[in-house]
Amino acid sequence: MESASLPSPLPPVSARRRRADRLARSLLWTATGVAIVPLVLIVFYILSKGLGALSLEFFTTDPTGNFFGDQGGVKSAILGTIEIVGFAALVAVPLGVAVALYLTEYGGNGRLARSVRFFVDVMTGVPSIVFGLFIYLTLVLGGFGGSSFAGWKGSAALALLMLPIVTRSAEVVLQLVPNSLREAALALGAPRWKVTARVVLPSAASGIVTGSLLAIARAAGETAPLLFTATIVKATTFDLNEPMNSLPAQIFQDLKQPNDELVQRAWGAAVTLVAMILIVTLIAKLIQRRSRVQGAP
Amino acid sequence: MRVGLTAVSAAILVLLAYFFVKLTIEAKPVFERFGVFGFVFDNNWDVSKGIYGALPLVVGTLVTAALALLIGVPVAVSVALFLTELCPRRLRGSLTVVVDLLAAVPSVVYGLWAFFFLIPKLKPAEQWFADAFHFIPFVATGNVAGPNYFIAGLILAIMILPIVSAISREVLSTVPPDQKEAALALGATRWEMIRMSMLPYARRGIVGGSMLGLGRAIGETIAVTIVIGDNPILGHSIFDQGYTLAAVIANEFNEAASDPIHRAALIGAGLVLFVLTLLVNSIARLMVLRSERQGAQPTVAAAGEGL
Repeated sequence: MESASLPSPLPPVSARRRRADRLARSLLWTATGVAIVPLVLIVFYILSKGLGALSLEFFTTDPTGNFFGDQGGVKSAILGTIEIVGFAALVAVPLGVAVALYLTEYGGNGRLARSVRFFVDVMTGVPSIVFGLFIYLTLVLGGFGGSSFAGWKGSAALALLMLPIVTRSAEVVLQLVPNSLREAALALGAPRWKVTARVVLPSAASGIVTGSLLAIARAAGETAPLLFTATIVKATTFDLNEPMNSLPAQIFQDLKQPNDELVQRAWGAAVTLVAMILIVTLIAKLIQRRSRVQGAP
Repeated sequence: MRVGLTAVSAAILVLLAYFFVKLTIEAKPVFERFGVFGFVFDNNWDVSKGIYGALPLVVGTLVTAALALLIGVPVAVSVALFLTELCPRRLRGSLTVVVDLLAAVPSVVYGLWAFFFLIPKLKPAEQWFADAFHFIPFVATGNVAGPNYFIAGLILAIMILPIVSAISREVLSTVPPDQKEAALALGATRWEMIRMSMLPYARRGIVGGSMLGLGRAIGETIAVTIVIGDNPILGHSIFDQGYTLAAVIANEFNEAASDPIHRAALIGAGLVLFVLTLLVNSIARLMVLRSERQGAQPTVAAAGEGL
């Protein structure tokens, strides 16, 4: 194909090579198709099974815990997820951005900065359930804060999970802020902290928001660290110092029940959770796209 | 501000050190009873008798992760090649988003789907495969179990696909255009150009990305817990029920809270898991970093962070 367009034609490509080329191309097409199949199937399946479960009661009642009769909805799980993830973000985002600022603005390539960078990478790889174990051992077992299992302890586990994601993504966008901006501000006589807070941070803001939202989306789907920190309960609570329900945990509990209605509730909860995560992800991508169009970092 | 930010960063280091020390201390009873070596390599996990040898779990973790790589990486790299080289421009953006969306599906939803869709639908095919190809190692005749190593590996393959393909895509896009054009100018077909000038250049980055996927697969908990079968015995075939380190922690932790040795055993399992992922991830970072330096593109390692 390529050779045909050249002014002085090369010797024709042999049939064997042409066959190999066509085979490889069709394999790549097929593989891409294969990769999309699961997503299509999952979306189709959770919509067809889950939409039927949705109703006003589904969103406005707590699980009753009854095996027979009225099982209730997932109100406590939806609110619990929002509370736990929200509080985790409240802790993890400022901390993560602070670490990233340290790395780009002050740390340079010093020994502390290098080891912080390394250990943030280590944190990215730690399985979420191990964070859950750690929080269980330190906060739940000790009865820290006068409670055993509690929503905020779930948040703590999720915050550990989010922190490295926030830091890494914030570091990347902070590095993209042109040095001339910093130098210009410094030359005008601004002190270093003012340059960081008023010049560097605002110009990287949209990228930082995107990274944080993606971290939130990731944490919202996590089940393992919540199982023995916030646990699975029935009632709605707004007290972060009490055990708290969450959507992933509720799905996990319902799906293996030998009761079709409970399984149905799990599918409904799955639709709700995926929709929540998708909304957050889409907002993140939109912000990303808009800042790219403007040409800002 | 400088002092504050430095203090926060140093606190992260202290926290991680405390994290490691705390896990080690809490796991100590089980290591004292069975020895570190005995705990990791004894093939006997019997909670009712209080015997904790984690080999079936370690092997389960490694087998499912290996299956995930075996299935997931070829597909992921093909997708990356397709998106960078073959895909019509109009399709590229939306296809990329679709593949990335796989990362947005929560692990518990994958588990739910696999439990109600993959397991029943694939069982006849698995049975046929086991009967027809029983001579392949780790495939044996006999009834295939519903939940098994293979299903867990398959679901993990789907879960690591977005991260491996995102990193491969980044690395492939760093291949210098002159190198590709040179191959084409010499009369190479598109495939020969990919095989001879792109893949060798991007190899290390792709391997690194796959290792990051491996780390993800090893640590993945809930989806695997749902489809692995919860059987702490070494299976003979990939279609047997098994168990993994992460799944055993998720399942047994509540009952273990009152039994100190059992709890220590699960924390020990967590520690083994942590060390495994640490090893795999360190190797992966190093490889991605090296291939980055070769291509002088600074953002490759960050490509997978949001996924």
